[in-house]
Amino acid sequence: MTSYPTRMGDGHLVEMTTDELRRDFVAGAEDAADRAGVPALTQGEYERLLDLFTNPARVVGVESGNEVVLTHDIGTLRLDGDQGNSGVGIPMGRLQGVQVHERAFACDTMELGHVDYSWKPVKPIIAQEQQALEMVLLSTIIPIFYGAMPNLGLYYAPDGPFGNPSDLLPAGKIKEALEAQEHAVEHATRDMVYICSKLAEVGGDAVNFDTTGAAGDADFMATLNAIEQLKASHPELGIQVGMAGEFVLGIHGGFRYDGVRLAGLYPHQQVKLVEKAGADIFGPVVNTNTSKSMAWNLSRAVTFVKACVEAAEIPIHVNMGMGVGGSPVFETPPIDSVSRASVAMVEIARVDGL
Amino acid sequence: MGDPYGMPIAHGVAAGMGGIRTAGDLVARMQLAQKMRISEAKAFVADKLNIGVKELSDVTVMREIREDLDLGVITSVPGCAKGIEAKARIADLLGIRINSVERLKAKMGRA
Repeated sequence: MTSYPTRMGDGHLVEMTTDELRRDFVAGAEDAADRAGVPALTQGEYERLLDLFTNPARVVGVESGNEVVLTHDIGTLRLDGDQGNSGVGIPMGRLQGVQVHERAFACDTMELGHVDYSWKPVKPIIAQEQQALEMVLLSTIIPIFYGAMPNLGLYYAPDGPFGNPSDLLPAGKIKEALEAQEHAVEHATRDMVYICSKLAEVGGDAVNFDTTGAAGDADFMATLNAIEQLKASHPELGIQVGMAGEFVLGIHGGFRYDGVRLAGLYPHQQVKLVEKAGADIFGPVVNTNTSKSMAWNLSRAVTFVKACVEAAEIPIHVNMGMGVGGSPVFETPPIDSVSRASVAMVEIARVDGL
Repeated sequence: MGDPYGMPIAHGVAAGMGGIRTAGDLVARMQLAQKMRISEAKAFVADKLNIGVKELSDVTVMREIREDLDLGVITSVPGCAKGIEAKARIADLLGIRINSVERLKAKMGRA
C-alpha cells in the first residue's frame, strides 16, 4: 500500500498509509470529542484531512477567497529575541520590527510587546512603552496590538509578594494556597487594567492577553476581570484573548465568572465567558502531543476548535504557533505541517483568523 | 512561537489575506471595530470598495484600489499616504473610529 510522508508531533518525518492516517484522524477527533463533550468530525471532514495529508505538494493553501486575517503573539521578539522565544537574534528596534512585519511579511496586524512579555514588568516602565507605541502608531497602517501574558506566576514567591501555590499545596497548606491565588488575582487585575488604560490613552488599537490560563484558573479569572473593567472604562480599546492550553487548570478550583466554574473549561466553553467579559477576538489553544502523529494531533485540534467556532459570536483566531493548533513542537516548524494545519483550521474548523 | 519563516510567513502564504498588499488590514479593522466574523467583515469591506470578496486578497486588484484611494501601499512610493495619514483615510472609508486617528484629530483641535 502506498505510504505518504507526514510527521510526528515533535516534527520528525514518518510515512503513513491511508489506513493509518484515517485511523489517527478518527482517534484524534474522538479523543477531543470525549474530553470536551463535543461532536467528532464528519466523514466528509476526515476525507478533507486525507486530501491534505496525501497531497504531494510541499506547501498547501486555502482555496482563493477563503483567506483569513492573521494576528500575532510575542511581538517583535521573533526578530530581535533569542531562541527562548524562537527569536532569530537580529539586532533591531521594535519600531523597525513592526515595520518589517507590515511591509516585508505583509502581516494583516502586528503586535508590540515588552522583552519579558508579561504584563507585570511593564507597569514600572509604562511611560517607555507608551512612547514606543506612539511612534509605532504614527508610522504604521495595520492594526497594532500590545501583547503580554497575565503570568500570575510572577505574583508568587520568589518573584512576587504572595506564597507560591506550587509550594503550599504539596505542604498541605490548602487555605494559604487558595488565599495566595485570590490575592494574585486582585493584584494582576489591577496591574493589567492600569497598563492597558495607559496604552489606550495614547491611541493603541488593541491589547492581547496572551497565554491566558498558564498559571491556572486564577490566571483566567484575573484576565476576565481585567477585560470587564477595561471595556467599561475604555470601550474603544480592542481586546484579544489567547489561551495557554485546551482546558483551564484548576489550581485554585473555586474561581467562577458569571456563575461558571473556570477550572476544566474547554475552548467552546471558554469563549462564552470571554465574550461575556467583552473581548473582541478569542484565540483557543490545543496543545500538540509529541508522541502522536500530526494526523492525530491536527484532527484532534480541529475538533476542539470547530466546536469553539460554532459556539462563538466573536471572531475566533486559533493559536497556531509552534506546538499548538496542529503544529509540531519544533522551534523551526516544518512548513509542510504548518501549511496543512492552516488549511484545516480555515476550511474545516472555519476559523475567522489565525 | 516558531521562527518567522516557519510561522507568520508560512501561515501568511497558506491562508493569510496579505496585509497592506491587499485588504488584510481593512478586514482586520472590521473584526476589531465591530466584532465581525470573517465572512461579514470581508463582505463589508468588499462593499465599501465596490469589488467582489475574492478580489480582497487579489494583489493586482487591491494594489490599484489602494493607490486610487490613497490607503497606503506596501512598497515605498513617494507621495503615497504613510502611517497615520493612510489610517485617517481608512477610518473615513470604513466609517469606523481608529484610536490613533482620533488622537491626531484631538491634537489638531478637530475632535
